[in-house]
Amino acid sequence: MLSPTQLLAKLGSRLTYLTQQVGALTMFMVQAVWHIFDTRRIIGRSIRQIYVIGVQSLFVILLIGIFCGMVLGLQGYYTLVKFGSVGLLGSAVSLTLIRELGPVLTAIMLTGRAGSSMTAEIGVMRITDQIDALDVMDINSMAYLVSPRVVAALISFPLLTAIFDVIGIIGGYLTGVLMLGINEGAYFYRIQASVTMTDVQGGFHKAVVFALLVTIVCCFEGYYTHKRRDSVGPEAVGNATTQAVVISCVLILAADYVLTSVLL
Amino acid sequence: METWSDTASWDITFNSLSVGYGEHVVLEDITATLPGGKISVILGGSGCGKSTLLRHIIGLSRPLAGSLCIAGLDPATLVTRDFRRLRRQIGVLFQDGALLGAMTLAQNVALPLSEHLSLPRTLVRGEALRVLKMVELEDFADFYPHQLSGGMRKRAGLARAIIANPRILLCDEPTSGLDPVTAARMDDLLLSLHAQFPSMTIVSVSHDLMSLERIADYVLVLKDGHLHFAGDLASLKASRDPYLTMFLSRDAGTGMRDFSESMDAEVAAALERSFRA
Repeated sequence: MLSPTQLLAKLGSRLTYLTQQVGALTMFMVQAVWHIFDTRRIIGRSIRQIYVIGVQSLFVILLIGIFCGMVLGLQGYYTLVKFGSVGLLGSAVSLTLIRELGPVLTAIMLTGRAGSSMTAEIGVMRITDQIDALDVMDINSMAYLVSPRVVAALISFPLLTAIFDVIGIIGGYLTGVLMLGINEGAYFYRIQASVTMTDVQGGFHKAVVFALLVTIVCCFEGYYTHKRRDSVGPEAVGNATTQAVVISCVLILAADYVLTSVLL
Repeated sequence: METWSDTASWDITFNSLSVGYGEHVVLEDITATLPGGKISVILGGSGCGKSTLLRHIIGLSRPLAGSLCIAGLDPATLVTRDFRRLRRQIGVLFQDGALLGAMTLAQNVALPLSEHLSLPRTLVRGEALRVLKMVELEDFADFYPHQLSGGMRKRAGLARAIIANPRILLCDEPTSGLDPVTAARMDDLLLSLHAQFPSMTIVSVSHDLMSLERIADYVLVLKDGHLHFAGDLASLKASRDPYLTMFLSRDAGTGMRDFSESMDAEVAAALERSFRA
């Protein structure tokens, strides 16, 4: 049983550690963004990372997008039919996807698919001295490993979000129009009438912010795997990966709330 | 500022150096000089701080107290640009090679050139193949590190460390985990390098006595967080210091251990039951 003083000391220690981590994460982000502009061959490395983050995640985004749209079509239909407004299904599906679910689900899927892989890869490089080897060869490891991933995420996240939105709308069409018999023209007319450029831009703004958050958190956790207090070696890589995914998902949802408040 | 390329001797000097991690002191009050153009071996038991000392020479960690100088300059006091210039004069062979897993051997070895120089790819690859040939790995240029044995990875790491003609070569346990023949081959490589580049300062961190005998010009022995001996190989062998005598003769000084204490009866019974099950 801890005494009140010990409890207070422990709380203070935790808070100090948390503050240090937030500070270190902020510095990490500033350095990663800074090195985008002063690194040779950033384009070539970023293209490779676009392949890893974007192209290799495409299939899973298509899969999640189509099912998400189908579920929205189904749920939307049975809710709207109670009010005799099934004609609004197109608006409901498209606005939900473009404003909220598209950016958020894409970011969460990419966290699981690409973010975790970033943390694990960089973490393994850290514990096997590969990052130290880069540094002693006078190759800036931040610029070499982190900045290209940031650039790739900033490009891939909005593009995959757009693909998710379109596929989701097609999913809604499959259930709403083909299965439940809503008028095809009404479905697409409602989409065209209700979605504005502001909605689309809002979704892209969210995707860009999520891209930065996910990449920075995942790379940070991998890069500082060796400084973890709870574990060392391969176990630290596993813990870092889990923590990166959890923190990224929480930050995505928290940032979504803040951005939605600002954008509405 | 001083230009290093004009510096005659690439000595590494420790001045009352204390190193460690956080508040934990690993080595204290080390004062010695590793002479330029020689092969120096830093010797000591496992966990005595040899690799930690190496990390400080490379500049991956900052000293807790005292200072170290490379070619007369203290890396801790250099501005970033000069520190980076100094670092490019140092090649490092890490314990397991530390090759980048996503690259082939040729790409790994060429990395210092491809990152810092704007040369045609064919020229850089040609240079990588030349250095790989020196370490007898030219046939494995397009292999990935995970496809190679530990000894081959170390030799590839050595190739990467020397491709940019460094003034100082630091090797972290170059022969550990290798069979005697492969270890001897690694020693031969270091001796050949020394013969080819006499002005290169080579520092090897090791506890391999056979390797010590073959390559060392100068030896530092670390013990219990302090410098125990500094001198040439002949002085080390002639020393009557009990620890050095014990270390060099591989005498643990503990005699046979007593393993007669019997296992707890309950554990023994459970084991017996599991064997019969």
